[in-house]
Amino acid sequence: MTSGAVSIRNVSKAFGTFTALDNVSLDIEPGEFLTLLGPSGSGKTTLLNVIAGFERPDSGSLLVDGVEFITKPPHKRDLGMVFQNYALFPHMDVFNNVAYPLKLRGLAAAETRERVRQALETVQMAHLSGRRITELSGGQKQRVALARAIVFEPKLLLMDEPLSALDKNLREHMQIELKRLHDRLGMTTIYVTHDQQEALTMSNRIAVLRNGGIVQLDTPKHIYDRPNCRFVASFMGETRMLPVGRSGDGYEFAGRRLKLAQPPSAADAQWLVVRPERLGWHGDEARDNRIDGLVVDVVYRGDSHSISLKLPGDHEISIRRAPTEDKPLPEPGQTLTLWLKPEASVLVEEAP
Amino acid sequence: MTAAALDTQPLNAGLLGDDERRHRLAMFGLSVPAMLLVALVLLVPFSWLAWLSLFDASGALSAENYARLLRPAYVNSFVSTLEVAALVTGVCILLGYPVAYLLSQLPKRAAQILLVFVILPFWTSVLVRTYAWLVLLQREGIINTWLKQLGLISESLPLVNNLTGTVIGMVHVMLPFLILPLYASMRAIDPVYLRAAANCGASPAQAFRQVFLPLSAPGLGAGAALTFVLCLGFYLTPALLGGGRVAMWSTQIADAVAKFANWGAASALSVALLVVTGLILWLMKWGVRRLGTSLGER
Repeated sequence: MTSGAVSIRNVSKAFGTFTALDNVSLDIEPGEFLTLLGPSGSGKTTLLNVIAGFERPDSGSLLVDGVEFITKPPHKRDLGMVFQNYALFPHMDVFNNVAYPLKLRGLAAAETRERVRQALETVQMAHLSGRRITELSGGQKQRVALARAIVFEPKLLLMDEPLSALDKNLREHMQIELKRLHDRLGMTTIYVTHDQQEALTMSNRIAVLRNGGIVQLDTPKHIYDRPNCRFVASFMGETRMLPVGRSGDGYEFAGRRLKLAQPPSAADAQWLVVRPERLGWHGDEARDNRIDGLVVDVVYRGDSHSISLKLPGDHEISIRRAPTEDKPLPEPGQTLTLWLKPEASVLVEEAP
Repeated sequence: MTAAALDTQPLNAGLLGDDERRHRLAMFGLSVPAMLLVALVLLVPFSWLAWLSLFDASGALSAENYARLLRPAYVNSFVSTLEVAALVTGVCILLGYPVAYLLSQLPKRAAQILLVFVILPFWTSVLVRTYAWLVLLQREGIINTWLKQLGLISESLPLVNNLTGTVIGMVHVMLPFLILPLYASMRAIDPVYLRAAANCGASPAQAFRQVFLPLSAPGLGAGAALTFVLCLGFYLTPALLGGGRVAMWSTQIADAVAKFANWGAASALSVALLVVTGLILWLMKWGVRRLGTSLGER
């Protein structure tokens, strides 16, 4: 099997005056699970469509295993793709949908049957191979679409928000399953989503896109813990941004000098990244960063309470209080002191 | 009311039941005018027609009118009606499918403008259009004159007062009935299916044949059935452009009334036409479903 290395070079695409892709370059390792993450209009789907051959860019180069793909028609690219609404052929049953790529490749009937059976077993759908597409549930369609995309053993698998049509529980279950499948099959996978949780769960690396360009390309842990700008920081998790000021050679918030574990990556950092799970109820004045606020409301959420705080300068942050927390539940109107450890105190700049 | 009564009698059940009945009655009342109209202009005349077909010329109850349908003249005209309808439907499919396909692939705005040209013939009377064809197609008409001037033919082609003229005129009238349902069904085919086919490795031609064509089959079936059925009862164009040489079921009905004043025969012909039309529609509905799946599994 060939390796499936992808090299995207200076790809640009405009629709009229709207710039969908702005000189994007990206290298994807063989066997890597790479996620293109971004809000709608960020260019992630356009980039995927350029790779699949459905969108012709204005300029740029696309190399797959060193072969130029940019003008290759989509049916000659040999890439598997799972579409957002699955795009299973409604006039064919499950077996014929999965067998379709093999029939087009002229495989003998016996081998086709065997490979379809294997692909359907991989996604645990072998028992439904005679079903009509309209008789399948969303999760089952998802699996059949996946089987159709992997049945011809492509070196590259593309997925366009494949889980967005599923309900929350099934989505989380399928995330784990897709990740395991990728570990087992080892094909290079390019995954498009706007769901940061999905990206964090499954990817080897995440490319965060905005306005047609890649803002940050890194491992999930680095993207989450070390965002390189305000956009990436606020896109991941339940983030609130607090503006910081300069204080000598350091930074201050609400009159207190911030203690940092490492200096900010950017020279002109302006924002402190605050996430509910990084805020602590207990801290040490000498070691940790102290944040005082006025409790605005306390909301019961089943597994925890969510408490919103108003800070000086009309900023609002929130924190969770687990039932095991020994500090008493505050009431609205009370003053509350929270703590942020230096290693959890991340400063980012406005734009990279 | 006591607490015990509340336990045995669900709260407001009688009141809510009355409300439900009143609501249903109101909905039924709204449909009464339409039902009366249908009964008056459709059911009553047709029942009368069917009733007439059961009596012979002397006014006695008999099956004579239906027995007459088995005579060769009627059987032949019945067969030729089916042949003409099939021929016209076939030509309409050949001409209409590419048009509908083009329209379905264009941006919606452009398609809407071009659709006007498909619907345009509807705004002109069938009579006017048929006479226009007569002028175009006749022995010394525009088409024959041009062809002769260009030196392509030396003798006038027999384009009218025969099957050729009938089919040309009927196709012109019928084409929109095929294109419109076909276009609507093609518009509803999500372009993502063609992308998925390409991604599976299908060339544009293969994707069209194996995915688009089967998915458009129900629309094609609906359009073809509509065209075919309308052709079966078509009178004006075959009568004018056929020059009496194309014996359609509808011209037989007209002859029975106009030439022979035989209402019994005309009624029997009409009943037979209605039964056959219903049968064909039912068969086509069944066939289209089969067609869609079999094309997909090939």
